Amino acid sequence: MKVLKVQPIKDGTVIDHITPGNALKVLKILGIEGKEGSIISIAMNVVGKRGKKDIVKIENRELKAKEVDKIALIAPNATINIIRNYEVVEKHRVSIPSQIIGIVKCPNPNCISNSNEPIESKFVVASKKPLKIKCYYCEREPNMEEIDSLII
Amino acid sequence: MNFKGRDIVSIKDFTKNEILHILDVAEKMVPIAAGKEKSELLHGYIMASLFFEPSTRTRLSFEAAMKRLGGNVIGFAQPGTTSIMKGESLADTIRTAESYCDVIVMRHPLEGSARMAAEFASVPIINGGDGAGRHPTQCLLDLFTIRKETGSIEGNKIALVGDLKYGRTVHSLAYALALFKARMVFIAPPELQMPSEVVNECRKMGAEPEIKHGIDDIEDIDVLYVTRIQKERFPDPEEYKKVAGSYRIDMETIKNAKDNLIIMHPLPRVDEIDPSIDATKHAAYFRQTFNGVPVRMALLALVLGVIK
Repeated sequence: MKVLKVQPIKDGTVIDHITPGNALKVLKILGIEGKEGSIISIAMNVVGKRGKKDIVKIENRELKAKEVDKIALIAPNATINIIRNYEVVEKHRVSIPSQIIGIVKCPNPNCISNSNEPIESKFVVASKKPLKIKCYYCEREPNMEEIDSLII
Repeated sequence: MNFKGRDIVSIKDFTKNEILHILDVAEKMVPIAAGKEKSELLHGYIMASLFFEPSTRTRLSFEAAMKRLGGNVIGFAQPGTTSIMKGESLADTIRTAESYCDVIVMRHPLEGSARMAAEFASVPIINGGDGAGRHPTQCLLDLFTIRKETGSIEGNKIALVGDLKYGRTVHSLAYALALFKARMVFIAPPELQMPSEVVNECRKMGAEPEIKHGIDDIEDIDVLYVTRIQKERFPDPEEYKKVAGSYRIDMETIKNAKDNLIIMHPLPRVDEIDPSIDATKHAAYFRQTFNGVPVRMALLALVLGVIK
């Protein structure tokens, strides 16, 4: 009998097809620290039909599309599944929001967003395909291959 | 076209028609800027001039522009005399200044500072240079000078010479010239050549800039825009001397130049242009400096909504 490595959940949110190795960053971006009380399961480097992936399951909490879209930067292929009574009642892919606030640090050390001013980092999407983002303040475009290291 | 309340942060915030409108208004300001006509257009208005970094031309010409139009100026030329020394943030400094004035002109060492200030201020912010970032009023006065000296912006072949990598004025100028479909030549030593993202952006806009390394072949150039090569960019002082020397404009450089060639420089210059050039009709850099006044007058009058 095939045993599922990750058990289905009754109610909550499953974020599937996360770029392998990025599950913890996804939780960090979503601001989920585990102190909220929900049961959270993380599976990393799971072999799926399309190769390796990470999966995050958050029980008894339905994440809204907008809050999850923030992870599109580091997990562009992720899907969000809302589960109620073991059934997937909603399923959609993440889509990059038009502004990315407080998630990515500007790579320009001389950017005002890296000083002690009372502002959060802010990026605007310069191009969707290929994904390119630009600092709202200094207009620097970070190298998307290094975006992982710029997650705040 | 309504500029009332608008911030002037980056040249990229403006369309070609808006730029032309600013230049047209600036043209009308020339007699007032020269002191030949008196004006009270901005009587009762106060401009705050917040300079966190040294400046000669930008600060003085903004202050002259405001005063020539009958307005008043408050502010500081160095942050040493302000609460910034006590650790006050730029955001709070801006919120304080805006409660005393109608428009803020600022220069700050950090890139993006003017964009941030614009978020906090309800009065218009005019960027007088943010670190190595943007300097839109310089770009506008450069365009104004090219148009005034040669009759138009498009159609000219314009060479940008010197430090094209770090020079803050040349990046926005290249963008603006591409907007006007001017032909461009980027002349710089390989280590100081125009960054590829600027070149690519110009190409995307339909411009085909030529990339060159020497200034020996300028016969077909209409405008030579020279910038300063900074000593600190070179770890070896000997190397700096060699490079700076080979980009120095003197009578020999322009011996085969077009009769109506104009030479521009955002100033300050150090050794890039030999003083013997100053007396020739080609030298446009001091007229360019003057043009900062009518262009900044136009911007002040437009963002304050006194002129549409």
